[in-house]
Amino acid sequence: MKQKRFVAFGSLLVVIAIVVAACNGGDATPVVQTVIVQATPEPVSNRLDVVQDRGRLICAGRTDLAGFGFLDSAGINRGFDIDLCRAIAAAIFGDGNALEVVPITASERGPTIQAGEVDVLSRNVTWTSTRDSQWGNYTTIMFYDGQGFMVPKRLGFDSALDLDGTTVCVTSGTTTELNLADFFRQHNLDLETVVFEDTASVYGAYEAGRCDATTSDKSQLAAIRSGFSDPDAHVILPETISKEPLTPVVAHGDDGWFDLVKTVMWVLINAEELGVTQANVEQQRGSDNIVIRRMLGVEGEFGQSDLGLKATFAVDVIKAVGNYGEIYDRYMGPNGESFTLPRQQNELWTNGGLVYAPPLR
Amino acid sequence: MTTSPEILKPPVITTGPIGWIRTNLFSTRLNALLTVVVIALLYFLLRPSLTWLFFDAEWAAVTSNLKLFAVGQYPSDEMWRVGVVVLIVSLLAGLSWRVWSGVARTFARAGGVIFVAMAFVPLSLDSLDVEARLWILANPFVIGLGYLLARVINVPPGRLIIAWAAAFVLVLFLLRGSGWMPGLPEVRTTQLGGLMLTILLSVVGIVASFPLGVLLALGRRSSLPAVSMFCTLFIELIRGVPLITLLFMTQIILPLVLPQDTFLDFIVRDRVMRAFVAITVFSAAYMAENVRGGLQAVPLGQIDAAKALGLNGFNVTLYIVLPQALRAVIPAIVGQLITLLKDTSLVAIVALLDIVGIGRSIILGNVEWRGSQREVYLFLAAVFWIFTYSMSYASRRLEEALGVGRR
Repeated sequence: MKQKRFVAFGSLLVVIAIVVAACNGGDATPVVQTVIVQATPEPVSNRLDVVQDRGRLICAGRTDLAGFGFLDSAGINRGFDIDLCRAIAAAIFGDGNALEVVPITASERGPTIQAGEVDVLSRNVTWTSTRDSQWGNYTTIMFYDGQGFMVPKRLGFDSALDLDGTTVCVTSGTTTELNLADFFRQHNLDLETVVFEDTASVYGAYEAGRCDATTSDKSQLAAIRSGFSDPDAHVILPETISKEPLTPVVAHGDDGWFDLVKTVMWVLINAEELGVTQANVEQQRGSDNIVIRRMLGVEGEFGQSDLGLKATFAVDVIKAVGNYGEIYDRYMGPNGESFTLPRQQNELWTNGGLVYAPPLR
Repeated sequence: MTTSPEILKPPVITTGPIGWIRTNLFSTRLNALLTVVVIALLYFLLRPSLTWLFFDAEWAAVTSNLKLFAVGQYPSDEMWRVGVVVLIVSLLAGLSWRVWSGVARTFARAGGVIFVAMAFVPLSLDSLDVEARLWILANPFVIGLGYLLARVINVPPGRLIIAWAAAFVLVLFLLRGSGWMPGLPEVRTTQLGGLMLTILLSVVGIVASFPLGVLLALGRRSSLPAVSMFCTLFIELIRGVPLITLLFMTQIILPLVLPQDTFLDFIVRDRVMRAFVAITVFSAAYMAENVRGGLQAVPLGQIDAAKALGLNGFNVTLYIVLPQALRAVIPAIVGQLITLLKDTSLVAIVALLDIVGIGRSIILGNVEWRGSQREVYLFLAAVFWIFTYSMSYASRRLEEALGVGRR
């Protein structure tokens, strides 16, 4: 009698297992195989093999930050951070759409990359020393941001140091809030904060006049400002009170993959420096500039045996997303899709900015 | 001698709208005063919200993103699959209308009306193009087709339940596709979104948790101490934890503690599947308690009688106890489905793009929609209300039909 009951239990469990397996559909690409098969000869990068075997790059991103990661009305995930992932996908597959973007929350960034669940983390991550040692390898700074203040023009403030005794709207539990407290204490200024849980409420409260100023990363302040009914009634003060170098991250322990991602980022930056754009990349292959010819795989071995990429990977990258400047302008340039933010420190080093990449050779 | 007839005043009207107002709102001086005060108060309280609702609200954030709200990032080339899925449900609804009548009839008819309204909704073709409108408009016809089909051929109610179950599996398969099926390329779980993900999470949650919940409930009443202790521990542990904690645990901790690169990868490496697991486990614990309530409602005498007839323990449970117990808890299960539908909105907090997550992304990710928070959240509230209200209506009707409250 009891045996029969156990049989019934067992068969029910089997049914459940089948249903669960059915939900899974065809996503059963076993990741483990290639790792074993390719054990000899030593692969350039285990991660690269896994990605190539899977047929797409998995990238942790976001869908709720204007300019960096958002959904357009067709449901396509786009933005500055997402285009960096697209560039890596194009380098590997020749197709920028061989990409799956997985939206994650801020608190999941560390665990997700540590567990190797995604290939690249490109979700507005500030590079700090602690995160570098704990989370993974930080590739190349792709966006120099910093915390600033926005105030209504009518209050007549010219500098953050004038903000003594004002009320500031800020999101709770972020480094933004801590930086704000640090800055006011450092300069012996009186401060009253109005704290909100999410960014939307912060800017709603600011626009409604609940506080004299609001603070966030400057790129975000620019985004907020352009969303106001009268953007010119607000100014972003010149002071930058923190350093926020935004950087794509890969997991610890796979140097080949780390090098590959870095190189793709350097291609984007060097392409702008060399004047190679989405529109002229095919023409530029016929260029007599030896540096361009080397980057685009017309001559030399760049990126092939050491990174495991095709000779023309840089051509694919630039065809897919354009160079660094084109990505920037697409979302944040003068006619940017999301908002307009002067490049300032995100200019190339040749134009007085900080964006600089090692030579490709 | 004649007396002049007394001239009567016409009687006070007590019927019709004026009569109703007179008897209910102005019957005494105090009532009249109260009526005037309350109307004045309502006017001052509601005027700003109504002015906003009818004159100031900008619905572009909703109307420009209808596809996102409906299906999230589902690939545009594969949208026909969603259309087919809705048609399958409509066909079954039509069949059920004829076979079960009652609440199924109400739903099939209401569904038809809603589809017609949606197909002709006065929005620009940019928001809802002709193709989408035609897909929607096909549904009322398919509902009618199902109804007529069931009139022509005889469909036993039992067969219909099997059809619904088969459709459930078919729908999941169709939506997901697979690498080896020509014409049905795989749609990744991260591409399921919007209202579709909300409904999938709650329906799959309830369906998958049902067998688990029944097993747990039986296990909790088992005479084997190990089984009963395990089931009790599981139920109490899960019920003692808020869903959001479970979601965070499955999202953040599970990938760190479970082995990688095994057959479990489709859960361990897939955020959406992990949410499905969290919701199923959570729902199973509550399901178990619901079912246990039903089990305890079955009189002991029936079990003794069944045993006296020579049924073994397994058959007693299967044929005597469970049918009665489950019948008693159907309304409770529908209630649980309602709760679960609302609870699934928590997945937005772990960055899944259910309908709430989509709403957040639209507001925060696009500068042009940032001012439309109120409109977007009001729209979400309306969608949730329509679904939960219709389910609670169904639950009440089911309760009456099953006579649960009357025994």
